Amino acid sequence: MPVREVDVRDVTEAVKTMCITANYDLPRDVYDALVAAREAEDSPVGREILGQLVENADIAAADRVPLCQDTGFAVIFADVGQDVHLVGGHFEDAVNEGVRRGYGDGYLRKSVAGEPAQARRNTKDNTPAIIHTSIVPGDRLRLTMMAKGGGAENMSSLNMLKPSQGWDGMVTAVVETVSRAGSNPCPPVIIGVGIGGTIDMATVLAKKALLRDLGSTHSDSRIAAMEDELLEKINGLGIGPQGLGGSTTALDVFIEEMPSHIASMPMAVNVQCHAQRHKTVEL
Amino acid sequence: MAAKKITTPLTDDVVRDLKAGDAVQITGVIYQARDAAHKKLAALIEAGEQLPFELQGAVVYYMGPSPAKPGNVIGSAGPTTSGRMDAYAPLLMRHGLKGMIGKGLRTQEVKDAMHEHAAVYFAATGGAGALLAKRIVGNEVIAWPELGAEAVARLEVVDFPAIVVNDCQGGDLYEEGRKRYAKTV
Repeated sequence: MPVREVDVRDVTEAVKTMCITANYDLPRDVYDALVAAREAEDSPVGREILGQLVENADIAAADRVPLCQDTGFAVIFADVGQDVHLVGGHFEDAVNEGVRRGYGDGYLRKSVAGEPAQARRNTKDNTPAIIHTSIVPGDRLRLTMMAKGGGAENMSSLNMLKPSQGWDGMVTAVVETVSRAGSNPCPPVIIGVGIGGTIDMATVLAKKALLRDLGSTHSDSRIAAMEDELLEKINGLGIGPQGLGGSTTALDVFIEEMPSHIASMPMAVNVQCHAQRHKTVEL
Repeated sequence: MAAKKITTPLTDDVVRDLKAGDAVQITGVIYQARDAAHKKLAALIEAGEQLPFELQGAVVYYMGPSPAKPGNVIGSAGPTTSGRMDAYAPLLMRHGLKGMIGKGLRTQEVKDAMHEHAAVYFAATGGAGALLAKRIVGNEVIAWPELGAEAVARLEVVDFPAIVVNDCQGGDLYEEGRKRYAKTV
């Protein structure tokens, strides 16, 4: 199989465009889920809030402004085909240059603090990006950009459970994470759950789970049933839109799993606000 | 929902008339301040120095906007999570702060201070920054411009929509609303 060259300048351009469009245009599946929730919500205040969120998405798309002032940390998933040869510069530099230009040209907020333990100086260009790279078969480069806001990320949890706690222990931990978060992460939320692996892998799985389309069903019917159970329990909490009470606390729950150590049962819960912003391109 | 129209600065009478669950529309001047600005405001109060704005009757909006596009008053301008300002809020209320706009839970200390000093906590819709920006008609940075989105700004708002979450009598819509719709323990 011959290698296919991809110029990293195209990576920069693609990342720049995705940063801007992800922040202006709510994905169709999220928009439709908000409209459906507005119809189904039990609380009048909740319906009012969901209506505001639909109107907000319409304004952002029409006026070409960000949906939310927290335009996020730029998280990039790169699936690099093993027959791709990246030319023209360093891949990670090219991604960061795309973030720099996207956040600058798109009038997006720069929300990254350097030296986080002490000085907390704004890096002023929203870099560095968080980059997760996978080597995959083929000669294509698939890039996904997720704009991850701070308020919901702060409500996420990592749970090093005991294997004896089983699935019931996981259900308790997920529901407790959402319950404790209450109104903070801008409900209705989307919940990504990563089960298994090591602490690092559980959190990456949880974040990857958030990339699924709302309303989609997991290909493994066993996991799909687990997702349904969690969604029902979370929506029974009564937290509702913006935490003001209601039947729509989460729009969806997604699980990704992999084997764990025989001694371990790591589970990460990544909380995502209703402004689920992501874009994907293939080069 | 029929909204109560209120104007800033807030008086004790207006604050005492507001109940958890009330929808309001706020008109007048509010002050944008979030994490870094609160740290600086608290330091000025403790040093006995003058603040960049009059705190008596003031309403603070926990918000850091995205940059304004040319021709726009402000960028997206929705609330940030209020809990990070809990460490400073009681001090500000002791010195006259009457209203806070944000989103998310407050500590008992903050709620107690609201009761003691007659102050109110409003929720604006988090993630509706494009919509809320339309109700902001004036925007002037008045302190610490080097903080960028975290600077203090004087914002003029017209019919800015919010909901009373915590009133000064102990009412708490986050608790009451959740109880009303809870199906599981």
